Amino acid sequence: MNASAYIHISLIDLLIALLFVGVTALISYWQHLGLERDIAIGTVRTFVQLLTVGFVLQRLFDASRWYWVVLALAIMTTVAGYNAVKRQAGAKQGLFAMTTASIATGGAITLILVIGVVLRVLPWYQPQYVIPIAGMVIGNSMNGAALVVNRFHSELTLRRSEIEASLALGAPAREAAAGALRESLRAAMMPTVNSMMTVGLVQLPGMMTGQIISGASPLDAVRYQVVVMLMIAAATAVTAMTAAFGALRVFFTPAQQLSPRLELGRHWDAYVGRRQS
Amino acid sequence: MVPAPEECVHSSDDIVNEGRFASMDDPAYAPAVELVHVSKTKPVLLGDSVTQLQVIGDVSFSVPKGEILALVGPSGSGKSTLLRMMNRLEDPSSGQISLFGTDISSLDVRELRRRVGMVFQTPALIAGTVADNVSYGPRLRGEDCDPGECLDLVRLERDLLHRPATALSVGQQQRMCIARALANRPEVLLLDEPTSALDQTAANTVLDLVCRLNREMGLTVIMVTHLMEHARAVGTRVVLLVRGAKIEEGAANAFFASPATEIGRRFLQGELSNEC
Repeated sequence: MNASAYIHISLIDLLIALLFVGVTALISYWQHLGLERDIAIGTVRTFVQLLTVGFVLQRLFDASRWYWVVLALAIMTTVAGYNAVKRQAGAKQGLFAMTTASIATGGAITLILVIGVVLRVLPWYQPQYVIPIAGMVIGNSMNGAALVVNRFHSELTLRRSEIEASLALGAPAREAAAGALRESLRAAMMPTVNSMMTVGLVQLPGMMTGQIISGASPLDAVRYQVVVMLMIAAATAVTAMTAAFGALRVFFTPAQQLSPRLELGRHWDAYVGRRQS
Repeated sequence: MVPAPEECVHSSDDIVNEGRFASMDDPAYAPAVELVHVSKTKPVLLGDSVTQLQVIGDVSFSVPKGEILALVGPSGSGKSTLLRMMNRLEDPSSGQISLFGTDISSLDVRELRRRVGMVFQTPALIAGTVADNVSYGPRLRGEDCDPGECLDLVRLERDLLHRPATALSVGQQQRMCIARALANRPEVLLLDEPTSALDQTAANTVLDLVCRLNREMGLTVIMVTHLMEHARAVGTRVVLLVRGAKIEEGAANAFFASPATEIGRRFLQGELSNEC
């Protein structure tokens, strides 16, 4: 993997790539899609966000200090935790800390195994390995946590009478919500399991593509990808499991009652906020 | 013509005299369920904003052991909320609820719910067979249960045991739900509009069943209903709730013969609108 094995993109080349945006905008204009403004903003954001990240990563790589790497991981996890909650349709109160903790749990366990046991990266904090792998682990964990929370919320709403009947017979929340928990975990794991079924047949994963372009042999890239697939599955499973038990504590009271947040939906946040102020 | 349900024959005095307590004045006497100054305020969605609404205001009454209390009132009067607080599916904002003299908030909530069974308006089925449903409570605690015996209690044939619960008629499902609550050997049975989703025949069967369980097992029953003929058929005592406040409390015969209050009289004549 030497640096000269692949073609560099100059700033001029980047500007030429803007032609693609021109094509996209033209189609929007021609077909009256009304997306020109969004395309313009999206293009600017793509440039700004990625160039910023590139700059930050370059500094991170040059410095190669464990504390900068840990800080980056913490920021990535927090942003992922926030994003997982952002997609929740109902109330968000109390969920952000929970999803962040779940992603941290699933992410940490998987990352330690991959970096320490499978790849045996030395020193362990080499940003070249840790950052991209953590990105994939945390990104997939985020989706898992979001799916669990969303699905659990809708299952509780749907199965309310069945769950209250179980509670009224003396069932603990975990037992009364067993069906809802199972469905939520399945929903969180399905995308990962599905992608394990089709990987390589429909499209080549991004990391593998990147490695091949950088000059790695496809056989080497494939080995990395196998590790990545399995690690993503584990990270998603651990995160989903942790998030499911967290959701149980958020949506049920300690007295094994369904939380009133279910009835109030998205209005719960405003209600709790007002009561606290 | 559907025969009217057989009315329960005993009065509250009989129960007290038959029981182990000499009278209500006996210091050892503790009512099955007692509510003391119970209030409940809860957030309610009105339009697009959340408002704190008092749904129960300072309600006190007691239900002696072995009685069938009909908790009546217009819809929206807080009857179901009051019932749900008796097995802690919800908690009061203030006040105290006792079960045989013990504050229910000091009991283990799962043990409380075993002792205070509940049946809902629409039969809530647990996935599986009739036997799975009926033995659900005992199985949670790792106890043995003969689901057939429980079906006998509610007069359902034992060959239904291995049918999926969804294959039963709604009336049968409701009786199965009662059998499921009885499998826990409860001391008090809460019924939340148990007949409202049923046709007249199925409703009468359930009402007869409630009377029989009360008579034969001495089960204390609290039944929420907005149907006065059903309250009259089974109730030995009545509490009338309007807008979250207790308006009347007393023997069922007396209430239905001549209510003590003007509101009670208007309620029985159907003059109180549902949203009052």
